[in-house]
Amino acid sequence: MAYIPIADQTDEMHDPHSFITKYVWSQDHKVIAIQYGGIAIAVGLIALGLSVLMRLQLGYPDSFAFIDPADYYQFVTMHGMIMVVYLLTALFLGGFGNYLIPLQVGARDMVFPFMNMLSVWVYLLSVIILLASFFVTGGPTGAGWTLYPPQSITGGTPGADMGITLMLASLAVFIVAFTMGGLNYVTTVLQARTRGMTLMRMPLSVWGIFVATVLGLFAFPALFVAAIMMTFDNLLGTSFFLPAMVSLGETLDHSGGSPVLFQHLFWFFGHPEVYIVALPAFGLVSDVLSCHARKNIFGYRMMVWAIIAIGGLSFIVWAHHMYVSGMNPYFGFFFAFTTLIIAVPTAIKVYNWVLTLWEGNIRLTVPMLFACGFIFTFIHGGLTGIFLGNVTVDLPLSDTYFVIAHFHMVMGVSPVMVLYAALYHWYPKMTGRMFNVTLGKIHFWATFFGTYAIYLPMHYLGIMGLPRRYYAMGTTEFLPDSAQTLNANITLAAIWVALFQLVFIFNIIWSTFKGKKADPNPWEATSLEWFTPDNPPKHGNWGPELPTVYRWAYEYSVPGVKADFVPQNMPPEEVVMEDPNARYVGHDG
Amino acid sequence: MAFVVAIIFLIIISIVFHFWSPWWLTEIASNWTSIDDTILITFWVTGFVFVAVNAFLAYSVYKYRYDKNRRANYEPENHKLEIWLTGFTAIGVAAMLTPGLFVWASFVTVPEDAIEVEVVGQQWQWSFRYPGADGILGTAGSEHVSQENPLGVNPEDPYGQDDIIVQTKEMHLPLNQPVHLLLRSKDVLHDYTVAQFRVKMDLVPGTVTYLWLEPTKAGRYDILCEEHCGLGHFVMRGSVVVEEQADYDAWLATQQTFAQTQSASIGNAQAGQANYAVCSACHGANGEGNVALNAPKLAGQEGWYIRQQIAYYKTGVRGTNPGDTYGAQMAPMAATMANDQILNNVIAYIDTLPDTAAPETITGDLANGMDLYQGKCSVCHGEQGQGVWSTHAPRLAGMTDWYLKRQLEYFKNGVRGTHREDQLGYQMTHMVSALADEQAMDDVVAYINTLQ
Repeated sequence: MAYIPIADQTDEMHDPHSFITKYVWSQDHKVIAIQYGGIAIAVGLIALGLSVLMRLQLGYPDSFAFIDPADYYQFVTMHGMIMVVYLLTALFLGGFGNYLIPLQVGARDMVFPFMNMLSVWVYLLSVIILLASFFVTGGPTGAGWTLYPPQSITGGTPGADMGITLMLASLAVFIVAFTMGGLNYVTTVLQARTRGMTLMRMPLSVWGIFVATVLGLFAFPALFVAAIMMTFDNLLGTSFFLPAMVSLGETLDHSGGSPVLFQHLFWFFGHPEVYIVALPAFGLVSDVLSCHARKNIFGYRMMVWAIIAIGGLSFIVWAHHMYVSGMNPYFGFFFAFTTLIIAVPTAIKVYNWVLTLWEGNIRLTVPMLFACGFIFTFIHGGLTGIFLGNVTVDLPLSDTYFVIAHFHMVMGVSPVMVLYAALYHWYPKMTGRMFNVTLGKIHFWATFFGTYAIYLPMHYLGIMGLPRRYYAMGTTEFLPDSAQTLNANITLAAIWVALFQLVFIFNIIWSTFKGKKADPNPWEATSLEWFTPDNPPKHGNWGPELPTVYRWAYEYSVPGVKADFVPQNMPPEEVVMEDPNARYVGHDG
Repeated sequence: MAFVVAIIFLIIISIVFHFWSPWWLTEIASNWTSIDDTILITFWVTGFVFVAVNAFLAYSVYKYRYDKNRRANYEPENHKLEIWLTGFTAIGVAAMLTPGLFVWASFVTVPEDAIEVEVVGQQWQWSFRYPGADGILGTAGSEHVSQENPLGVNPEDPYGQDDIIVQTKEMHLPLNQPVHLLLRSKDVLHDYTVAQFRVKMDLVPGTVTYLWLEPTKAGRYDILCEEHCGLGHFVMRGSVVVEEQADYDAWLATQQTFAQTQSASIGNAQAGQANYAVCSACHGANGEGNVALNAPKLAGQEGWYIRQQIAYYKTGVRGTNPGDTYGAQMAPMAATMANDQILNNVIAYIDTLPDTAAPETITGDLANGMDLYQGKCSVCHGEQGQGVWSTHAPRLAGMTDWYLKRQLEYFKNGVRGTHREDQLGYQMTHMVSALADEQAMDDVVAYINTLQ
């Protein structure tokens, strides 16, 4: 009897039979992906609401009596932490990582499906713990999303009693969830690729998610230990981060700890975290751009190596968040140098995106609009990063609105543009239906212009010296009244953007039930997920036999080939040529 | 097409905004013009890249828009172009980094002729310490901090005795003299920022950090805390006055040394009783206050607070605002306390008066009042409104409620707390901004009435 690999033995697949095992306690990576995505988007909407409340206070400081300083700092903190960790990290890796990895590498599922299921439920637990802090005495922590001690655990900061404890507990639980998912993503990419899927034939989405997950597995432990150590300082009276100090007139029973140590641990996680979000975005947007430009991604191998280089470098730049933290100032030389080096591979990626458009045949679909919009916002956010990474330029700009504007452009707006590009791009695959294109376009234009109206002026307020994390600016000797007027206008733009996100929510929910049935491959893409026997794919993804891969994922507009795309799994002899006598010779990635 | 127009539009808007925006760097007041230069270099290089790459993006999307009769070009790689682009980017990055590193080298190297000044941060105030005649700052640490020695100067250290202690929110610096600012925090992280100086640095408890600069332009500048330090972060402000050496020396001469602050006279309650006679006409024999005469209750109030306010009345910080008619009555009364000894005696006498809670005259929504109090007031004034010396917040509980309300109105309307030297009042002007209307004030004062 011939040998049949386990992945091809369909009786091994244990299809779910009840509603509960199919949709709730599901071990199917696609269901888990949608669970991750649903939770992340729900909690993201809460964070969006918090940002509107913050903006109301900043734009009209005397008008909203129900927002007191404690509330404001709590909104700031929860908004930041939810957006960075519970939305972006969870949606890119838990959502798109789960959905795309098995489909794009040609696997039936993640290699550890049960652990994958645990991952999403533990993630939900971390979200519940986080949100519970809104309902405890003192409310959630108001220490800022960076949670710097001593302030985060001493008197005078909102939520210094219960709020911070729940925040740290929630982060620790989140990291457990991430680790269970992350081990799955890495192992699946390394071990479960189908026949012919070499590493250098993988779509860049998988590369981005894979490298980001590796970063996460190395970076999150730093946050984990920092959270544990701070919990010890807070509850057991240790002094990891607390020196001898007098808090609000009271001498505390701590000595010898270092607040800067926490910052090192936090940013040793926090900087790679930027790329844990950015690298999947880089990968996803590359695939969307290439597909809708009908052209191969420019410089695929360079793109892969740039992802790896950025991932590696991201571990030796963390202290550029700490130029004015009081660490030894001589570190500034080293970290400014490494930080600006990282600009080179990042710039290469941008060049390659626009060069992918060059000489393409560009279909400006809704996902493509978001992807091209991303190029603009990312160029903007990336370039302002050069200001802050260069230690001297950072001196006047650090802790001002310039920083807020920069990281919202590069880490807020840009990844969110990619998330929308990707959600619209893969929506027909996930639901089997098409979204409403008009609503999609309205969503794009409102978001694209609205976010720029928020953040472009904000840079200039920062250059002038407007500090971040001020509940109210009041009067100063140096800020003109026009600064407040501008701030009010920024608030209007923020409300505008927030409202139009509801258009997106409506669109995806409505279209799931009422949308037009979608073709299995509506964008005429090449990668494997578009060639599943069912649409949306069923449990096990591939029916009786796994696909075989013959080439890279960017075989668009090949000269001499009749169609303008060649699927990854199409055998060379089946490729239809314009000249029946010609023989197809493809590119191998 | 719309996308192409949008990108070109955004490029133009960005350039127009950049050049015509009234929001730009403040006029520099220190030697760090080289920092401004690095910002400008970075703006030119990144501005060029921003316009070039986005214009290329717009042009590509326009030129290669979809046409079903056309094929995209098939070009997986172009090594030559990639190497060129990499090299070009590396040169641009080096052009921005190199000057930055040179400027940073001068920032970390303090000139030898710099004078030392210590900046001390706490939630949510600034204080300052200047070396005395010996030119050396004495040692200090949080273990020495007390109500009498708020900066924690080591009382055993001979170098510290002549150190000059500045406990107001205002520091002075001499013009064109390099200054080495030593930054120390008593509690949490803070950050010393003066926008016009360009440089900033965190204050970190447990260690001393530094920065240096040379003020080059006389004037008064805001000091802002720019590291989140808790609820009152946004009110942690001070000012720095840059002036000619002679003016600076004159100002310094009026400040108290550490030794002087430690030898303040002890008040004598018996002696104070005679001096209190002037006060009792309005404030009552037992310091219980008199609403008809607009005199608040004094009995039970913190001595340091009374001392501070009398000083404010004497120097015109309080009682000079045209809206403050009752304060104007108080000012000449304060002047009758000719010296510190008399004042201390009076304070000692007030301390002996029976402290019975003032009658309640204001009612309001207690639940809302509690919410407001706990959200805004309690971190400084204490959970029970008992007053906290370290935050310079007076006692509120059991004091005359009509007076509290009037002061809230004064803070809200700019009658009190707007004087530059009123370092306690200015925080209140920010804090009351969140009390929307009279009802909110009634609610919070009514809640304070319930505190013991």
